[in-house]
Amino acid sequence: MAVSSDVGGAPARASIWNDPRVRAVVFQVLVLGGIVLFGVYIVNNTLVNMESRGISSGFDFMGRTAGFDIGMTLIPYDEASSYGRAFFVSLLNTLLVAAIGIVVTTILGFVIGIARLSSNWLVSKLAEVYIEIIRNIPLLLQIFFWYFAVLRTLPSPRQSIELAGSFFLNLRGLFVPKPVLEPGFSAIPIALLIGMVAVVFIARWAKRRREATGQPFHTVVVSIGILIGLPLLAGLVTGFTMSWDYPVLKGFNFRGGMTLIPELVALVIALSIYTAAFIAEVVRSGIQAVSHGQTEAAGSLGLRPGPTLRLVIIPQALRVIIPPLTNQYLNLTKNSSLAAAIAYPDLVLVFAGTALMQTGQAVEIIAITMAVYLTISLVISAVMNWYNNKMALVER
Amino acid sequence: MTDATPTMDQSSDLPPPASTVGVVGWMLQNLFSTWYNTVLTVLGVWIVWVVVPPFVTWAFLEANWTGTTREACTGEGACWVFIKEWIGQFIYGRYPIEERWRINFGAVILVLSVATLVIPRFPYKLWTSVFLLLGYPIIAFFLFSGDAFGLEWVETSAWGGLFLTLVIAVIGCVLALPIGVVLALGRRSDMPVVRAICVAFIELWRGVPLITVLFMASVMFPLFVPEGLTIDKLLRALIGVMLFQAAYLAEVIRGGLQAIPRGQYEGAQALGLNYSKMMVLIILPQALKLVIPGIVNSFIALLKDTTLVLIIGLFDFLGMIQSAGTNPDWLGFAVEGYVFAAFVFWMMCFSISRYSQHLERKLHTGH
Repeated sequence: MAVSSDVGGAPARASIWNDPRVRAVVFQVLVLGGIVLFGVYIVNNTLVNMESRGISSGFDFMGRTAGFDIGMTLIPYDEASSYGRAFFVSLLNTLLVAAIGIVVTTILGFVIGIARLSSNWLVSKLAEVYIEIIRNIPLLLQIFFWYFAVLRTLPSPRQSIELAGSFFLNLRGLFVPKPVLEPGFSAIPIALLIGMVAVVFIARWAKRRREATGQPFHTVVVSIGILIGLPLLAGLVTGFTMSWDYPVLKGFNFRGGMTLIPELVALVIALSIYTAAFIAEVVRSGIQAVSHGQTEAAGSLGLRPGPTLRLVIIPQALRVIIPPLTNQYLNLTKNSSLAAAIAYPDLVLVFAGTALMQTGQAVEIIAITMAVYLTISLVISAVMNWYNNKMALVER
Repeated sequence: MTDATPTMDQSSDLPPPASTVGVVGWMLQNLFSTWYNTVLTVLGVWIVWVVVPPFVTWAFLEANWTGTTREACTGEGACWVFIKEWIGQFIYGRYPIEERWRINFGAVILVLSVATLVIPRFPYKLWTSVFLLLGYPIIAFFLFSGDAFGLEWVETSAWGGLFLTLVIAVIGCVLALPIGVVLALGRRSDMPVVRAICVAFIELWRGVPLITVLFMASVMFPLFVPEGLTIDKLLRALIGVMLFQAAYLAEVIRGGLQAIPRGQYEGAQALGLNYSKMMVLIILPQALKLVIPGIVNSFIALLKDTTLVLIIGLFDFLGMIQSAGTNPDWLGFAVEGYVFAAFVFWMMCFSISRYSQHLERKLHTGH
């Protein structure tokens, strides 16, 4: 170019077609145009089809009476309630399974992941066998197994399996005592809350003192003491004004207490066991990612095994563990949609199943269902990203 | 300490203490090194004792292997007669019995050509791959559905069992691969519109469960096509699975693309290759080779997820077992069915995952 401008005056230009910027614009316009055309084609087809099949459109149906019952509801709901209410009931059921499942699977997964690394040969082999068996069997099959082969073959309420005298497991589900709160009970949660605030301040103070003077402080022991002691003290002062409503066999079924329906129990068991196998692998690889030199360095600095684990190994391992752990939580939440296969009233079964069949408004209902799962996914990953950023290595 | 001056002609070394060698030494070191390890070992032995002997008794010692009806199952143990009587349906679904050879024939071609890919010493790997990706689907289509070359037409509603499971998993994955490559390239593109579209597409499918995708495929796709045209139920499920899998493969492939050093791109550009030549000749061959284990893992996940099609009314392997269990003549054998299904899935997934680990070690060249 420089040469040609010296000779001819005006710079010689490549043809417009060979200009990468022009090409990029043209290409993007073509892609966008193609997608818009495809979308218009599909929307047009859908409108024609919906008209010919007499399907109405719009979101008015959310206010109409649903007219079907739901087996398990966390908020009041009956047949006269609207589709909108049915949507919230089923959404809460989905979230309930996901929340219980995440707690149980985290505990199980960490235990098995650490067992996998145990110096005890038998324990580590058992953990390996568990992981290799569970993660190579489809989740749906495991749900079916727990529901149809285990929980459906349990005895009738009269021959319930009794656990600790107040838990009853039978064909109708798991019956557990329900706490009944009486006036004056609020002192205990208030004491717990005060304890939590106090722990936060103590932890901050202890960290500042350690950084300033090097003197360690038994934060964990003191915190546990405060968290258990304060509510206990409050309970003793007010006289534990809480009683348990125990399930009692009356006639053919249990009365009182809380009932966990068998579908919920099967789903939580299967989801936790399945996801725990993956979390165990995440935990194992996270701990193994911290090189042995770190342990040795901590030892040569004079740290004992406990503080080595707490101050050196775990903070570094968590950094590796958290992103894949988030993925597993997301998977569990998404997999909870398999509830539909054993008729647990979750979002997919109630809303994308029953409500869709009754209203016929496939497009709206599927769109709402997908949007809900998408939102849950995005929220969980946003929260975990925030936490991950907080934990991330600060390069100096 | 006595003054034992070392001399060259000392008697031979004493053997190590008995507690550090042999079985006893190994057990002391690995099972009973501390008091809590002893507790854990006892706990582990208890778990094994509770789980293994009852299962072996049920599945083998007291099981019923012979007979043709449920009356043959008299013992306490498992009734494998149930599996024996239904195995044909479990594998082929409701495919006509006299036409089952077509599935076997298709399976033999598939196994042979995959075997030539897997066995390292066999040449012509590129051509076999091309055949598997382009030629085989066409052959398989005419072989399985018929209505050509004198083969009888078999409706897809008759397809089922393990055959259907493999059809959905394999075709879903093969069709998703090219889409996944395009999406991965699009996500790494410099063009904002293309990148935004690819990111939105990938995140949409990765953010929702497969079951909602299948629901969408089964209730919304019929609305998308022009009036009067109907899409086959299996085809709808396949398209749903394909879109879902493409999004996951795109992320796997993107990982491979990111692992290619910048120098490879710059080298290709310095040679004057344009974008498509650079990608096809330089980048993609290296990137795809890097992510073969990832693709295989994602295939295993898809194979397990294929069971979900039973929720939209296709009778895959698990679906056939589930429906056989509700047959009035064979009620009460659900456990046998599930154990058998678990065993078959476990064999497939475990062997593929071991192979993928082997590949990972083999392909891990250097660093």
